[in-house]
Amino acid sequence: MLKRPRFTFKIMICILAVFFVPLSSGICSEEYDYINIAEPFTHKIPVAIPVFKALSEGSTQERVAQKSADMMQEALAYTGYFKMIDRGAFLVEPAEQEIVTDKIDFGSWTDIGAELLITGGVRMEAGVLQMEFRLFDPFRQEMLLGKRYTGKPENQRSMVLRFCGEVIKRLTGKAGLFKSRIAFVGSAGDSGTSGNGGKAVYVCDFDGKNIKQVTESQDIVVSPAWGRENRFLAYTAYSDSHPNIYITDLDSGETSRFAAYKGINITPQWVPGSSGLAATLSFEGDEDIYLLTDTGKIDKRLTKSWGVDVSPTFSPDGEKMAFVSNRSGSPQLYVMDMKSGSIRRLTYEGEYNTQPEWSPVEDKIVYSGMKKGRTDIYVIDVGTGEISRLTRDGGNNEAPSWSPDGSMIVFSSTRNGPSRLFVMTASGTDQRMLLEMPGQQKLPDWSSPAGK
Amino acid sequence: MIKKFNIKFILACILVLSFAFVVSCAKKTPEPQATSAEQQTEMAEKEKAAEAEKKQRQLEEQEEEISEQELEARKKAEAKAKKEAAEAKDQFLSEKVYFEFDDSSLTAEARDVLRRKAEWLRNNPEACVIIEGHCDERGTDEYNLALGSRRAESVKEFLVKAGVNASQLTTISYGEEKPAVKGHNEEAWAKNRRAEFRFCN
Repeated sequence: MLKRPRFTFKIMICILAVFFVPLSSGICSEEYDYINIAEPFTHKIPVAIPVFKALSEGSTQERVAQKSADMMQEALAYTGYFKMIDRGAFLVEPAEQEIVTDKIDFGSWTDIGAELLITGGVRMEAGVLQMEFRLFDPFRQEMLLGKRYTGKPENQRSMVLRFCGEVIKRLTGKAGLFKSRIAFVGSAGDSGTSGNGGKAVYVCDFDGKNIKQVTESQDIVVSPAWGRENRFLAYTAYSDSHPNIYITDLDSGETSRFAAYKGINITPQWVPGSSGLAATLSFEGDEDIYLLTDTGKIDKRLTKSWGVDVSPTFSPDGEKMAFVSNRSGSPQLYVMDMKSGSIRRLTYEGEYNTQPEWSPVEDKIVYSGMKKGRTDIYVIDVGTGEISRLTRDGGNNEAPSWSPDGSMIVFSSTRNGPSRLFVMTASGTDQRMLLEMPGQQKLPDWSSPAGK
Repeated sequence: MIKKFNIKFILACILVLSFAFVVSCAKKTPEPQATSAEQQTEMAEKEKAAEAEKKQRQLEEQEEEISEQELEARKKAEAKAKKEAAEAKDQFLSEKVYFEFDDSSLTAEARDVLRRKAEWLRNNPEACVIIEGHCDERGTDEYNLALGSRRAESVKEFLVKAGVNASQLTTISYGEEKPAVKGHNEEAWAKNRRAEFRFCN
């Protein structure tokens, strides 16, 4: 019903088109002792990634080799697990470097403290790009991982990111975040008085690259949420002068109106293991959370308390729902057991706790908490109630969202003035701006592990 | 308008008076010395008729004058009523209801404003009104959308309890998306935490 700028996510298809061949079969895959799971970001693993080797003649190969090595450095450094050793410190000359186990002088890498070494070779023949990457432990003089990728030259980034994903899987046992994407609301101008229009939902890669506008620009757009194979985005917009929930199919670019009940239709969230969504509606005169079918029909009213109940978020198994309620007088987080319907209050600290998101990997909830008029990001352990504060002393920090592997958090911050998107590790380290674009960006949502 | 009517009236009076003057002059024309009784009777009748005509004209003039005045008064009253209605409508639209931070309950001041609004709505049962709930920029977007809705709903509840027909009222929330004034201080925030009224369509 609404025309949207059409675009296709060729990357996903391309990734499928790229095939890989394992270079070694004797890898013991159960050793994850490189990354300390408890404190993964305090001791960063020093990694050496020399410029990849051109395996065939031609200047194109050399350019691709250089660019791929930089890309891999950037992508792996982004995770917060690693410290990239400056190439100027390398003892091996680029021209003399070897990329296979029996030829590598591991001593020259251990001497500079490289705990991990990644080598790569690039071959370009008849318009086909072939890249091979190897991950070594120089101290053990052992190859941990080897992959060869073949595909079109434009698939260079997806090949590099795919190997990065393998590296993370090899080191942590979990799939990385390199295939994930982030949706957010971008606005053209400064948020002033009415008529600050030009807001739209945008989508970018995990690292802020490949920014695309996926909905029409309009006056008000809020809370985009990923769902169903990370192909659909649900959000609230005032396209029909009313806060209704719309769903945009990112593959086809089509948008349909999902829920348009009297009053507000806000904070949609897909329920794990179900095709339905939970959302806050007010058609009965009170803002409550309802379960909706995949066609937007009312399935069940979940909360019945008078006052605001908003922002549902689910545990990965779908058995528990956290949400915001002001039933106690101020907005606080509550947890509902979906089977029994029993509700308990989770947060007691602070007078204004909102925007919860349940970790995709553990029983922790990240949320925005306001203290003395300043909003910051906190994480609460659902079991113990233990709280850790992740941001401080820098504007308002809001709308946190976990990466699908639970290792990072994206959020919005006004620390530099206008609202911008930032990322940090799950422990709050390595805070940096995700992307630069004009206007303001807010309400980011990181895509789900396998699509809820 | 009034001036035009006065000029017309004066012109009409002058016309009538000059006519009367001509008539009275005619009356004074020297009579023939010897007049028959018949002639005298005829003269008397003519005079009578002229007199009657004059009286009739004067009467008509007077009647006209009275109706003009009535029209004036009626028009003035109508204009006044219209102006008052427009003022009441303007006041109804422009007067906002303000809230405390993170609060949807109605202050004493808000109740006073709403009592006036309820009266207007009861007097204008055909009016269809949208109650907009707004928040200040503090706090988070989603919660503020719900809070704006809560504010609009508490206004609606108050008006319905005050005798307004619920079918006249709809609510909408804009959260913190449409601030009334710019600024990042308590003065601006206080003006932005509000419920506003507008007519349907």
